[in-house]
Amino acid sequence: MIKVYTSSVIEAPADAVWARVRDFNGLPKWTPFVADSRIEEGLPADKIGCVRNVRLKDGGVIRERLLTLSDYDYQCSYSILESPMGVANYVATLKLTPVTDGNKTFAEWWAEFDCAPEKERDLAQGIGQGVFQAAFDSLKSIVGR
Amino acid sequence: MIRVTRSAVIAAPVGRVWEILRDFNSHAAWHPAVGASRIENGEPADQVGCVRNFSLKDGNHIREQLLALSDRDYTSTYCILDATLPMRNYVATVQLKPVTDGNRTFWHWQSTFDVPQGREREFTELVGEGVYKGGFDGLRSYLQRDRPHVSGSSAQAVAGQGIVVTAFGGPEVLRFQPLEAEEPNAGEVLIRQTAIGVNYIDVYIRKGLYPMIEPPAGLGMEAAGVVIASKCAHIMAGDRVAYASAAPGAYATMRTIAGDQLVVLPHYIDDETAAAVLLKGMTAEYLLHRTHRVRPGDTVLVHAAAGGVGLFLCQWARALGARVLGTVSTDEKARLAATNGCEYPLVTRSYSFAQEVKTHTGGRGADVIYDGLGSAAAAENLAALALRGHWVSYGQASGAHETFPDLGAKSGTLSRPVLFHYTAERAALLEIAGRVFAALRDGILKADIRHRYPLLAAADAHRDLEARRTTGPLLLLP
Repeated sequence: MIKVYTSSVIEAPADAVWARVRDFNGLPKWTPFVADSRIEEGLPADKIGCVRNVRLKDGGVIRERLLTLSDYDYQCSYSILESPMGVANYVATLKLTPVTDGNKTFAEWWAEFDCAPEKERDLAQGIGQGVFQAAFDSLKSIVGR
Repeated sequence: MIRVTRSAVIAAPVGRVWEILRDFNSHAAWHPAVGASRIENGEPADQVGCVRNFSLKDGNHIREQLLALSDRDYTSTYCILDATLPMRNYVATVQLKPVTDGNRTFWHWQSTFDVPQGREREFTELVGEGVYKGGFDGLRSYLQRDRPHVSGSSAQAVAGQGIVVTAFGGPEVLRFQPLEAEEPNAGEVLIRQTAIGVNYIDVYIRKGLYPMIEPPAGLGMEAAGVVIASKCAHIMAGDRVAYASAAPGAYATMRTIAGDQLVVLPHYIDDETAAAVLLKGMTAEYLLHRTHRVRPGDTVLVHAAAGGVGLFLCQWARALGARVLGTVSTDEKARLAATNGCEYPLVTRSYSFAQEVKTHTGGRGADVIYDGLGSAAAAENLAALALRGHWVSYGQASGAHETFPDLGAKSGTLSRPVLFHYTAERAALLEIAGRVFAALRDGILKADIRHRYPLLAAADAHRDLEARRTTGPLLLLP
């Protein structure tokens, strides 16, 4: 089991950041690598158990199931059902915490998964920097002051 | 029930911030609202269950108990036991998390408690702003205080100069020459050294008596300086640091060393004091508090009472309430020992002191003997020891013990402690060094630095030390 952890500080109140990221179908609106997204079977994007079907700009398709959504804790977790990455038992969590000192947001995003040993380093780097940090950077430019 | 939550981002790595916050008694150093603080019963400040007893600068007084501490999760939970403030059921948790984006720290501080009806707003403000927000700002300025400006902090090998032992022998084997400090690897830091301590062990190593180097090699166990580059989680470039290391090589302008060996200096300890005191002060600390716990009324015998460690042992043992007897070689050293806490300095050049010790203790002998003399004084030490006394052999100036002493004659205990075994764990190193710094601050230990030499004149320092022309610490200045 590999754990990847990425965290950042977004220069905006947690409510504002959460409003942007809580939409499980909203990745195209704030990440740089998603072309389009839909929720399968026409379910609401905040119904626990719904599946988002995401097409990446590089053409890959990822299907992810919503496991947790907490408007109280600003937290969302999901698992991967299908992806081109070669990972198994992948569960990720995105969590926001208010930084009262300066009224900004501490954002954490972590994932645990299994993969072939020779792919560990590339996947950890690709997910930690290529996905999570890239998304944070994009988020900073959208909602950051 | 009131819940107060405050959080902040600190511009320092999480390892660095945690090293400060995990010490339950550190708040006196960084929190602007906290006055004097101590851990009750002399317990370690990272022992779950320990109680910190402190005053606030507004005059209030609080006792708090550590309920949980996790180096894995960077969390600390504590409660108020009693306070002059009307707060009840107060439980607080400090949690740190790494901000991987920029190598900073997220600090979350939360508590729940009860106060008398109608005073909720007042106490929410007091705790949230006065204690937590004030603490964030206090720690930020603590991390910046007295921070020298460091420019060009590239983590590459740098050219410097230093002393090399060219062969085992007299002071003439010490040569000043260019010496490159290596590029720091993971966990290491590069230091620009500002003051270097000279210890008698350096002479033994130079002569080849201790098999710790193979010439040509560096020399010196202790120094202070400024971190130029860091690849260590809990040390930052710009930190003022000191070390007492088990690996020789301190006689140099620049040095690369494992960050785990470094102690960050509090603002009230200057570089020269740190370099002069750290090794000898930590030795005195563990000998008096760990190898043997000296109690008020104990009779303590300190050999070489006017030496570097000896003076600290006398000062500190006296402050602990012990009766201090000491041996010295000259009348002048007897006067020096006497002004540093030694009640009965015994002048002897022939290792003959047991009779006098007996005389001064009503025939009882010493409860604990701090012995750096070695084999030549073994019989006298056994004779000077009280029944069930503790003989602590921490040095062997006259040679190693050849036979095991007949401790059965006194039901005595013999210890053969070595400093680096007491400081091997980083938490212990920080605790011992912290107590030495506090003892200096509080005037329990006094460092009278009279001898300073340029680094290139290290051989002169060794000549003076060996000729017994010096008293107190010797420093080399790069």
